[in-house]
Amino acid sequence: MKLSIWTYEGPPHVGAMRVATAMEKLHFVLHAPQGDTYADLLFTMIERGNKRPPVTYTTFQARDLGADTADLFKKACKEAVERFNPEALLVGASCTAELIQDDPGGLADALQLKIPVIPLELPSYQRKENFGTDETFYQIVKALACTQEKTEKFSVNILGPNALGFRHRDDVRELKTILSDLNVDLNAVAPLGASPSSIKSLTKAHANIMLYPESSELACRWLKENFDMPYTENTPIGINSTKDFISELNKIRGAKDGISDTSRLNFDWWSKSVDSNYFTGKRVFIFGDATHVAAASRIAKEEMAFSIVGIGCYNREYARKIRGLAKDLSVDALISDDYLEVEKVIADLQPELILGSQMERHIGKRLGIPCAVISAPFHVQDHPARFSPQVGWEGANVIFDTWVHPLVMGLEEHLLGMFREDFEFNDTAGPSHLSNSKGKVNDERKELEENEITWAPEAAKELKKIPFFVRGKAKRNTEQFASENGHNAITKDLLYEAKAHYAR
Amino acid sequence: MNEHSKIEKVGGCSDLPILKERGQREVFCGLTGIIWLHRKIQDAFFLVVGSRTCAHLLQSAAGVMIFAEPRFGTAILEEKDLAGMADAHEELDREVANLLERRPDIKQLFLVGSCPSEVIKLDLSNAAERLSKVYFPKVRVLNFSGSGIETTFTQGEDACLASLVPTLQETDEDNLVLVGSLPDIVEDQLVDLIKELGIKKISVLPGRNTATMPIVGKRSKFILVQPFLTDTSEALEKRGASRINAPFPFGEEGTTLWLKAIKDSYGVSEDKFEEVTSAPRKRAQIGLEKLRASLQDKTIFFFPDSQLEIPLARFLSRECGMKLIEVGSPYINRSLVDKDLELIDEMPLISEGQDVDLQLDRCRESNPDITVCGLGLANPLEAEGLTTKWAIELVFTPIHGYEQAQDLAELFVRPLKRKEALLI
Repeated sequence: MKLSIWTYEGPPHVGAMRVATAMEKLHFVLHAPQGDTYADLLFTMIERGNKRPPVTYTTFQARDLGADTADLFKKACKEAVERFNPEALLVGASCTAELIQDDPGGLADALQLKIPVIPLELPSYQRKENFGTDETFYQIVKALACTQEKTEKFSVNILGPNALGFRHRDDVRELKTILSDLNVDLNAVAPLGASPSSIKSLTKAHANIMLYPESSELACRWLKENFDMPYTENTPIGINSTKDFISELNKIRGAKDGISDTSRLNFDWWSKSVDSNYFTGKRVFIFGDATHVAAASRIAKEEMAFSIVGIGCYNREYARKIRGLAKDLSVDALISDDYLEVEKVIADLQPELILGSQMERHIGKRLGIPCAVISAPFHVQDHPARFSPQVGWEGANVIFDTWVHPLVMGLEEHLLGMFREDFEFNDTAGPSHLSNSKGKVNDERKELEENEITWAPEAAKELKKIPFFVRGKAKRNTEQFASENGHNAITKDLLYEAKAHYAR
Repeated sequence: MNEHSKIEKVGGCSDLPILKERGQREVFCGLTGIIWLHRKIQDAFFLVVGSRTCAHLLQSAAGVMIFAEPRFGTAILEEKDLAGMADAHEELDREVANLLERRPDIKQLFLVGSCPSEVIKLDLSNAAERLSKVYFPKVRVLNFSGSGIETTFTQGEDACLASLVPTLQETDEDNLVLVGSLPDIVEDQLVDLIKELGIKKISVLPGRNTATMPIVGKRSKFILVQPFLTDTSEALEKRGASRINAPFPFGEEGTTLWLKAIKDSYGVSEDKFEEVTSAPRKRAQIGLEKLRASLQDKTIFFFPDSQLEIPLARFLSRECGMKLIEVGSPYINRSLVDKDLELIDEMPLISEGQDVDLQLDRCRESNPDITVCGLGLANPLEAEGLTTKWAIELVFTPIHGYEQAQDLAELFVRPLKRKEALLI
């Protein structure tokens, strides 16, 4: 048993849902109690998904236990296939169903459906979400891929992008541009946007791009062993990593001269320009999934000239990679999914910038340290409407902007240092382009002092119960209402009269 | 621990046809109640004994992370806990010891059962008793189940409050207890109104901390502020308290009838009642009048969520002029919502339980002006062209009482107005 306050990863069946939701014409029947359907809102809210995840939950209840949970599962499979008409069916169990041992795979087999059924083994009490994506995608590939004639021209698959991945949608778009620069044909992207039929034809390609090892390493390895398809291991995030990725791909396809158009790349010059001098030696702490942390570490060191004070990842599967990297950087590696432990390390290191997930942004807020998000899990605000990849040249531009945004700009920093005594322009003022809550507090105090209208104690007490973010407006409205109606003193009743008056 | 009966219970009366469905349910489990309960009871900690899924649910349902270390956490069961039961109890004791050492401010610890802990029959009532012996009186350890196999969404609060009832001190007083957690500001408004009626011995379950938990006895009366408190209600009746039956205090009419039931029960004079309620009633009426035009004759469809659906449907049809198409509720306890049902003039389809795909078919077919549903369905339905209201906002927003009547209507006006305002 282990106490957890916040978690970085969900259970493995959520990983399976990330694969299923990314794909087309695939349906997932999940043996699970009611309540597990909360997972739908991850997709519909955080990614603003405009359709329901293709998941049918059996939603068994206490009364079903020991009686007919197996029948319930079979019924759910049959109805899902009839209603959604998928090309293939995934079946699996969530943590509770794992305990009742109904064997979804066997039950679905017994139905003799006309489509392939892919059973998933997702050990909920040992593994987590990223394992779920990797394993699910691997099982799908293993079940469906078959020998196909290779495309005439050299072509690749992009493997790994899925639902709820950090900027996966945009990474694919950027990578497609780079492949087209290199004159490399794209056979398929999977799981994102792939159908079971396109999984069948993955083997038409000559090689695979393992874009995110967390969600495609098992599949890439299996395709290499069974279909002799080589795969790339460099993740093209950052300038140097993108260059290395291109060389690796060129090597695989036996081409020497493939180059990608870097005229879109601004990061290199932005970083060399004098204004960026103030980045030199900025102390950063980097935490997230291993792939994004490794990429960010290289960018931080080689392309921003930051000073890295610590790195870590929450997915234990890649601990060795992060430990090796930490050793090269002469810092400690933090391998942990314990949010409180991460917070403690950050508090001890006191970096000037955190590169992390939304969990670290939360820690940063508490500790007053700026944070840029580089990895899942992420908040709805980190799933922007605009094109914002991490991969490739445009990804590098996006990364530069994102990392710099929370920092105080170069000369501004000096001014803040020079005029510490200035009442509104002091070292606690924070960057001028970001909101400043301290200023607001001062304004509020001033207003209270200047006002001639008095607040009866009970009304003032009532005002304090109004949530802080609308309190200021409520106060101003009430006072305006009072003065317009000739009241000098505000009572509790008057507060509510004003509220009724201003209601839309 | 709760009996395995909650979901099977059906309404006592059969004169009203209720469509009962047993298919896939798109609802939260009772653990979700912890999101507001842990803010409401300020010296309590909620320790879910469950899986990574439970922890992930709590974090995701909260939508955003709360800007503080929360007073809830999950003791995540691991492979080794499932192997032998003796182990699991020792592990739990260790986690509780660590927790209470780190959080010395905690005075009440709730061990919260989940689907996995129920299925492996981990006896949390036994654990609570054992741990209470160790930590009482500094910390009281209680238990309830918020598992999805037994509870739906707000039933978690019901189970929590029901677990508190046996711990309330006995009294001979004839006091009044308001039952159900409300935002502090709303709770104070309602308590103040009742005090102004001349009823001074009044308290609230749950109290904001251990010291302010109500006392209860054979002369106590209680009134519910939330319709989902079936078990709590029964537990209080077992202690000898009697329930004042009333429609729920939503809208001007609902709040007035709710207060009137208290007034009648205590024999407060008509004049006094007028004196206390006339000003806020008028305010609520004025507030609602402004919004009525936007809602008049608009059709509405409720997916099941919180059991608030029937009282809210009553408010929207009677005070806002909306037309009800279907009112879905996860569970209907007729004895608690009868007073609301009686007031609904044109009875819509009332459904209990869910088969979400069939219900979605009905919803699309009837093409309502506004659909009240959970977060998993809202964006997909919006994408199909329907206008939706997130049901969860009705649980997280102050909506009870006179001063919130217009806010409640406003929650339904906003999505309609937005649809009109957008020119894209």
